Amino acid sequence: MKDFCYIGKNAPRPDGPDKAAGKAHYIHDLQRPGMLYGKIKFSAYPHARIKHIDTSKAERLPGVRAVITANNTPEIRFGLLRDNLALKKEKVRQYRDEVAAVAAIDPDIATEATELIKVEYEPLKGVFSPHEAMKEGAPLVHETDPQGRPRTHNFLPLKFHHESGDLQAGKRAAKYVAEGDFSTQLVQQCCMGTAGCIAEFDMNNNLTIWAKTQIPFLAQRDFNRALSDMGLKDKNTRVIVPTLGGGFGTGLDTHAYEYIAILLAYQTGQPVKIVYTRKEEFTNLSPRQSSHTRIIQGCDQNGKLTFREVQVLQDNGAYTSWGATYPSVMMMPATSLYRVANVFFDAKLVYTNNTYCQAMRGYGNPEHTWALESNMDELAENAGMDPFEFRMLNSNQPDETTPMGLKISTCGLKECLETVAEKLDWKNKHKKGKNRGVGMASLIHVGGGGRIYRSDASGLILKLDDFGNVNVYHGGVEMGQGLHSVLTQAVAESLGVRPEKVFINPTDTGTCPWDVGTHASRGAFMACNTAILAANKLRSQIFELAEELFPIEVEKNLKNHLKKNPGYNPPEFDLEKAAQRERFELQDGYIFIKDGPREPRLRLDLGRLLRAAHFRQQGQMLTTEVFYDPPNELPDFEKGYGNISSTYAFGTQGAEVEVDTETGEVRILRMVAAHDVGKVLNPLGLKGQIYGALAQGIGYALYEELQSEKGKIQNPDFRDYKIPRTHEINFPIHLEFIETNDRFGPFGAKGVAEPGLVPTAPAIANAIYDAVGIRIRDLPITPEKVLEALQKLRKD
Amino acid sequence: MKKRISFTLNGSRVFVTVDSHQCLLDVLRGPLRLTGTKEGCGEGECGACTVIVDDLAVNSCLYPAFEVEGKSVMTIEGLTGPKNKLDIIQEAFVTNGAIQCGFCTPGMILSTKALLDSNPEPSDEEIRDALSGNLCRCTGYVQIIEAVKQVAGRHKNKL
Repeated sequence: MKDFCYIGKNAPRPDGPDKAAGKAHYIHDLQRPGMLYGKIKFSAYPHARIKHIDTSKAERLPGVRAVITANNTPEIRFGLLRDNLALKKEKVRQYRDEVAAVAAIDPDIATEATELIKVEYEPLKGVFSPHEAMKEGAPLVHETDPQGRPRTHNFLPLKFHHESGDLQAGKRAAKYVAEGDFSTQLVQQCCMGTAGCIAEFDMNNNLTIWAKTQIPFLAQRDFNRALSDMGLKDKNTRVIVPTLGGGFGTGLDTHAYEYIAILLAYQTGQPVKIVYTRKEEFTNLSPRQSSHTRIIQGCDQNGKLTFREVQVLQDNGAYTSWGATYPSVMMMPATSLYRVANVFFDAKLVYTNNTYCQAMRGYGNPEHTWALESNMDELAENAGMDPFEFRMLNSNQPDETTPMGLKISTCGLKECLETVAEKLDWKNKHKKGKNRGVGMASLIHVGGGGRIYRSDASGLILKLDDFGNVNVYHGGVEMGQGLHSVLTQAVAESLGVRPEKVFINPTDTGTCPWDVGTHASRGAFMACNTAILAANKLRSQIFELAEELFPIEVEKNLKNHLKKNPGYNPPEFDLEKAAQRERFELQDGYIFIKDGPREPRLRLDLGRLLRAAHFRQQGQMLTTEVFYDPPNELPDFEKGYGNISSTYAFGTQGAEVEVDTETGEVRILRMVAAHDVGKVLNPLGLKGQIYGALAQGIGYALYEELQSEKGKIQNPDFRDYKIPRTHEINFPIHLEFIETNDRFGPFGAKGVAEPGLVPTAPAIANAIYDAVGIRIRDLPITPEKVLEALQKLRKD
Repeated sequence: MKKRISFTLNGSRVFVTVDSHQCLLDVLRGPLRLTGTKEGCGEGECGACTVIVDDLAVNSCLYPAFEVEGKSVMTIEGLTGPKNKLDIIQEAFVTNGAIQCGFCTPGMILSTKALLDSNPEPSDEEIRDALSGNLCRCTGYVQIIEAVKQVAGRHKNKL
């Protein structure tokens, strides 16, 4: 194994000091000269016809600069299926539908103006569960598709289907079977910094937008299309990403509020800022979808899985975001977590008049792993096997292709399982404690990009300056996860400079090369792979320059030194002859001859070489660009086949819990998380990713739930929507990282941002079962559900 | 109703005209242009807007601006020394990985400062208590608690 200078060592965040000093600038902190404040008027009904909108009073309010509705603005369609409108026309389909918006000189006036807008509605019957919406004759959320063709049902025109092997043969071969219906709840991403943007046009009608996005380049494409809809053909958008107060999937789509800010900015000729309040964030920003999963699995008499049958139903809400493609990720654990030959998977998504949903960390995987890993424990029990042994027996292994066509390169799943069993003291604790129990659950996730768009690529530019500084331009988004720490390490390591000389520039579509977006745990994998490619290219350019300039500059060094130190005895060494590109090395910012004498005067500062190349006749400077598209495939989701990622991350988490049978409360005593990360790039950041994800997983398991009553969010604040506080994370968490050194991963590393919350809920649920013998099948596992199940258990 | 008030802000006397309904947070971020104090919820539930008023950590989004008259207020800008010198609490947050998106960080650091000023050697439980009003969605708190523990002893020597 190669020794690394920076990779594998703790790398504090480059933006850490600014953030600690309150000097990092989030969208909330940004101001533009002449900036106005936008505010949106949302629907008063979950499903209604808009009969009339009276904006006259709002328009007369002093300080108001524009009031817009669908009636006085061009139609802007957006969303994955283009079924959403920036401002709603004719009909509202959810409480958060945007019916009008205002720009004013201060936020209070903007708010007051929205209250002065009077909207007359004709309420319509709504549908608030996917089951209801599927029924024949159910009210249609969309009467027509975006092309205007009539619709006859509420199903989305998206198919996610997989069949492999022979399901019936698998069922016949099964000696033991377990089946169950599992469901998950709506949860909110809860970024501490709420959503917002500033839109500004120049006099050429090109747009600049400061956006809280994870997809600057796809957003540019969306916004350019909107400009075209506004009659501004061939105009361009520049997307600048400020410091993000968290992302967690909220930035994977463009949002109505962004198009509204654009419309208001164009209308007024002034920059317009829209920032959501916390309440708006809870009620008007798309949460994680709720899901219903029916799963049946079977194994033979030895415990080998023989089949898996899965049917998923998703409540999509009223419009379609990228989040509607969750089943594309669910299909991955369904077909590929543990070895199983005969698989059936089908997912249906249904429009309802509930809030529409979007991506959140894990993107369908926590939902599906919840069902799958709970059901694995049920099957193990039916087969009379220990759940740990059962998982070991069926574990994935390196270099195998799964029924979905996932090409697993490295796989540390067995090591993860063993580590968790050992650290949890499984042998002595499983089935042993009274009201105390242990449980485990595993995961597979994309670890080498995730191709759900036709390109999964990413570019990177390295620009060297006269001082030997390395300016990095990369389209990936730092949203707190630590991308810029590992990117700095990767550039420093692979180029051969000190990390202090590496400067990551703000993400800006005007300066950075294209990147599909920071999602699917792909940030570090892509950024570091591009950094390695770019550094290699740049090193050969540097060494080419050095062939000519190194001997001249080193000669000067030696002469100068001799002048000052007449007694100096320069080493006997033929510089001219040694100066060949393959003999050079660059380390810590110095160029030297690899096999030459280790003498400080025989090395050259990188900046010095660059200045020598710059300041001469026909001088030159070095800038290098690379574009990397990982070796993975865009799966055919209707057939459920394709190698979506170039490598896969695995992991197992274990929980030890105590259940209070009087109150139904579940107390976590200990968590163990073992993850196959390929290679640890930055221990400090990696731990932070897993700790943070684990806390989100615990909230998901035990208490987080966005409650929706006939489409209306009931708990839009942190009083009633509980996320973990310091008191909830008051138990030891043991982390173990399994290094499998993946051949596709940069320095061997795999993506790790999402896996930390994927198996948390089923690990806890399995521990609860071990403690008190109850199986909760719908998240979150609240004390009420535990008590109810305990009472039922006593009765039975 | 408007009123002109004066108070000590990060060691200097300031005068500012405030509206009766304005909270301290709006005055800090608005006329005083100190955007290091963050608004996470505006309802006193998340702690992102924490500042120190006369040695106590408070939610500036709930604190009526009128009431700081004559008092001493410290914001995150006041904790940072001249020439970009980070306080040892800030330093510990940076080096321990206690910061991710950073939106909760100024509030979290000031809650820590108020705790350590009054209790230089807190137990784990006391640290959790003192930070229980500060929400963080990124870190799971583990490295934040580690940072506070690391700085606790050193902070005492500095006092």
